[in-house]
Amino acid sequence: MPDTQALVMTFLTSLKNATARQTAELLRSVISQQRVPYTNQAGALIDAVKAVGEQLIAANPVELAVGNIVRRVLHIIREEDLSLTTAAIGELNLSAVSDDENDDDRDGNTTLSAAAVAAAARSTLRPPSLQTLLEDTPVSAAVPQTSSSGAADKSSRSRKLKHDVIEAVNELIQDIVTCHEQIAEQAVEHIHQNEVILTLGSSRTVSEFLFAAKEKKRSFRVFVAEGAPRYQGHLLAKELVARGLQTTLITDSAVFAMISRVNMVIVGAHAVMANGGVIAPVGMNLVALAAQKHAVPFVVLAGSHKLCPLYPHNPEVLLNELRSPSELLDFGEFSDCMDFGSGSGSPLLHVVNPAFDYVPPKLVSLFITDAGGHNPSYMYRLIADYYSADDLVVQRRAIAGN
Amino acid sequence: MGAQKKRAAAAAAAARVSEDPDDLARQPLQAILLADSFTTKFRPITLERPKVLLPLVNVPMINYTLAWLEAAGVAEVFVFCCAHSKQVIDYLENSEWFSQPNFTVKTIESHNIISAGDALRLIYEQNVIHGDFVLISGDTVSNMSLTQALQEHKERKKKDNNAVMTMIIKKSKPSPITRQSRLGTDELFMAIDPNTKQLLYYEDKADHSKGTICLDKMLLAENPSISLHNDKQDCYIDICSPEVLSLFTDNFDYQHLRRHFVKGLLLDDIMGYKIFTHEIHSSYAARIDNYRSYDIVSKDIIQRWTYPYVPDVKFCGNRATKLERRGICFTAFNSEIEQSRSAQVGSFTVIGYGTKIGSNSKISDSVIGEGCTIGSNVLIEGSYIWDNVIIEDGCELRHVIVCDGVIMKAGAVLKPGVVLSFKVVIGERFVVPAYSKVSLLQQPTVHDSDEELEYADNSSGTVEFSSIQGTADQSNGEMTSESSEAHKPKLGTGGVGYIWSICEGGQEEEWRHSVAPIPEDKLTELSEAMDDDQELVTQDRTALSTSGELISDSNASEGDDNEDSKDDSVYFEKEVEATFLRAVEENVKVDHVILEVNSLRLSYNMTSADCAGAVFYSMMKLAIKTPHSSAIGLLTLYPSPFSMVASNAYPIYLSGELQQNTANIITTWQKLLKSYLLEIDEEIEIILKFEEMCLESAKEFSPLFARILHILYDKDILQEDAILRWADEKEGADESDKVFVRQSEKFIQWLREASEEED
Repeated sequence: MPDTQALVMTFLTSLKNATARQTAELLRSVISQQRVPYTNQAGALIDAVKAVGEQLIAANPVELAVGNIVRRVLHIIREEDLSLTTAAIGELNLSAVSDDENDDDRDGNTTLSAAAVAAAARSTLRPPSLQTLLEDTPVSAAVPQTSSSGAADKSSRSRKLKHDVIEAVNELIQDIVTCHEQIAEQAVEHIHQNEVILTLGSSRTVSEFLFAAKEKKRSFRVFVAEGAPRYQGHLLAKELVARGLQTTLITDSAVFAMISRVNMVIVGAHAVMANGGVIAPVGMNLVALAAQKHAVPFVVLAGSHKLCPLYPHNPEVLLNELRSPSELLDFGEFSDCMDFGSGSGSPLLHVVNPAFDYVPPKLVSLFITDAGGHNPSYMYRLIADYYSADDLVVQRRAIAGN
Repeated sequence: MGAQKKRAAAAAAAARVSEDPDDLARQPLQAILLADSFTTKFRPITLERPKVLLPLVNVPMINYTLAWLEAAGVAEVFVFCCAHSKQVIDYLENSEWFSQPNFTVKTIESHNIISAGDALRLIYEQNVIHGDFVLISGDTVSNMSLTQALQEHKERKKKDNNAVMTMIIKKSKPSPITRQSRLGTDELFMAIDPNTKQLLYYEDKADHSKGTICLDKMLLAENPSISLHNDKQDCYIDICSPEVLSLFTDNFDYQHLRRHFVKGLLLDDIMGYKIFTHEIHSSYAARIDNYRSYDIVSKDIIQRWTYPYVPDVKFCGNRATKLERRGICFTAFNSEIEQSRSAQVGSFTVIGYGTKIGSNSKISDSVIGEGCTIGSNVLIEGSYIWDNVIIEDGCELRHVIVCDGVIMKAGAVLKPGVVLSFKVVIGERFVVPAYSKVSLLQQPTVHDSDEELEYADNSSGTVEFSSIQGTADQSNGEMTSESSEAHKPKLGTGGVGYIWSICEGGQEEEWRHSVAPIPEDKLTELSEAMDDDQELVTQDRTALSTSGELISDSNASEGDDNEDSKDDSVYFEKEVEATFLRAVEENVKVDHVILEVNSLRLSYNMTSADCAGAVFYSMMKLAIKTPHSSAIGLLTLYPSPFSMVASNAYPIYLSGELQQNTANIITTWQKLLKSYLLEIDEEIEIILKFEEMCLESAKEFSPLFARILHILYDKDILQEDAILRWADEKEGADESDKVFVRQSEKFIQWLREASEEED
């Protein structure tokens, strides 16, 4: 698959920060270009996606959304394969019944298949338990077993599988595209008349959310903390004012002083971890602590693609990204402080510029995703819906497979 | 996202340009990357490997440059390879750079090129550059966005066809003590028009001993304003129009990009080509020019100024590393290193893939390459250790560079500034002295004094290398027996390699460019020298004396209240002296000197008596120095402290000679002096001044006082009235003050008689 490889390379180079949608689109083209063998189609697709996914994740481990999408796509393949198998066996079952000759042979076959289906269904759909996490079963143990039955319709089925998977990935892409709107739809339920909302930095989800409430004729005020050192809050303030919202811009350090006047804190997130913790732009922990101190609800908006099935203490999770110190200070002005040529040779001035904060789950009051509002403690359930436990560690398995 | 935005912006810029029908710059952006620095600063390492492939924080330098070019939206890069061209081309062919979409890397190879100028001429002949291009050398690290600079360049070009080049500069303060930038290069002076950003003057080899730089006065005449900077760093990234190549072809003697080309264009007012500057603020750009800048840029990378080109973000050619928190700072790790539990890895350290670290070893502020084995109780501080190095137990490394495959036997010590080239073996408990460079290759015996001649003849270099490598691979004993006995004891028992003798600039200059920080004693020495300089200047200013005791005396006797005015007059005298000396040196016309001194007089609000005194003082000073300096009589503008001291310490002049000199000078410059002698008061002032000099700063004159007084009288500078009044004034003074009156008693007597006769 040289063409796919080229695509992956483009992707890797064109982005240091890929968006979830781009990842999904790339994986879609990977799937559509993948040649599917007669047996074990799902397994082949999963391998292909894993191989690409591993590269994508390695390219920028901080961008957890990329890994999330890879896992989502893997989950989709598994689900589609399972539903196809179930449907095929169901057909077989149906035909057996309609044939009405109670052929022993046929009967035995059906029961066997039914058992296989049940096993497959169990293995795929059950929530992640300790057993599944530890059990090192081959990736598609259930799949070849079921697909071994019925040889005639295999080619059509494989085409069908690919088709279905692509359809489902398209839906996923659609979900990602519309997630802002779906989250924004819930705005009126959360923002009430004459409330004061505080936010930090800028997030598209948050601005859409606020605009939606404004369009529904809610009148409220917004405090925007500027979000040093990137100051995206300034841009947000501009946008809000353009939409006619009463806006107050404050420094990050003024959050504690202002929080007592705030009714609700609404912020965006970089990623939501499996324990309900949030990785968000730097300064967010301060806001969350301030909110907790004054019992102000701390609401996090996140599309479901930001939901990460990993825990913040997993070794694969790179929690932070250290960016260039030039965002904090001007190199020229401080160049004499960084003259390593004199003294002991080690720099006396260290400038650290982390991009993200980790907000522990106990500080979060509510998550609003495109699937509705959830408590931090409910995250594990959403994750069980979106991901299959086999895919949690994408890299390791792929290496073992190679 | 950022990259995409940049691209979009670049595309938009390109679209706008292409609307312009007669603009040829419709081409995608091209770049010329010189994969050869044409210097010898990195010897002996560069004898075996080209500079652009040397690892910088475990990634070959050229990758930083290429990754930046790609991110900056350059579509096509021509890599010009010269020394070790085969290695560069092999490397590029095996790297990912040849398989990038939207980014083409082409190599141009030539072996007989010895300068950047030749390289550009060759590229011009090949006719591959069609539009504006980026000129960069393969040892540049940057993360700047080219969009704005490129747009400015294009807009200027459209308005003025002579704007051929935009130079990227960055603010960076030079050290006042060592007179060099933090990158270890010499202090750079630039004159820039603050409005148009045009570069008007460029001097990187200013003579600091003089303390002056010379600007063409036309610059001041032609430009309404000029800002003169010494805090700008040249990033060696240039955006050039295609004319630059043809300029190089037209001027076949241009070799060096800055020394010849830039200065040539700035001086050449016939063609009227202009160079502009673009200053970057938040982004980073620096070129690795010497070991010092290798050290500094490595530290900048680890400190993440070059983000996103940092060890833990993947760009082409590096392996993903992880950051770990060490105290408040961070250390980059590869996941697969073996580290003993008791080993201490400090902050700002990068450790490569597959490296093993033994127990109780301490590592800080260092970069360690892939596959190294570090024993126990090893101390590594501020060092750069490349791949597959074996360091046995108990070694100490401080501020050194250790190349691939080096073996350090147990207990070996590297002093600061040492460079170990490839595959050197250091014997047990051997101490390598500071700043030494050790290589398997012998130092080239025929040393090119011409700095333009670069790496050694590369083909012979590699052959030699491979042969030695072959032997080195064999047993150690064989190696030592085969190689000359002379070098064997040099590196301890079992050591392999030659210590190069320090020649270029000598030990004197070695510390300036070394990886090691400047030693404390050098710094104090330098700052003391600087203080001395300043002190000397102030001494000259205050008491017109150069001996320390006198100045302190006079300072002590000075009341606080009149210090200001005293200061003023001191400055004034100093300035007059400088003006006068320059006039002598450059043969300025007397009228002009009068003008200049007058303007000084106005600006310091001095009387003409002060002027007369100052001018006279300068003349006398000159007279003293003349016999001391060369026969031509040229003077150093700011004589070094030593020569001043010497001239005071040994005032052994033939009085006749001194008198003769004084007479000559007075004759030559009498017009100048006379123009200030409007009244008798000024004349008396001169005599008093002279007296003061004879007593303090220029005792050589004391035996000649009467004779010179006579000369002055003869030349009509002093009238008899003045001398007589001076004598009268001194009548009631102390005995000690009357020394000179006594000396000239006969002369005064004669004057008195003469005037009486007249009456």
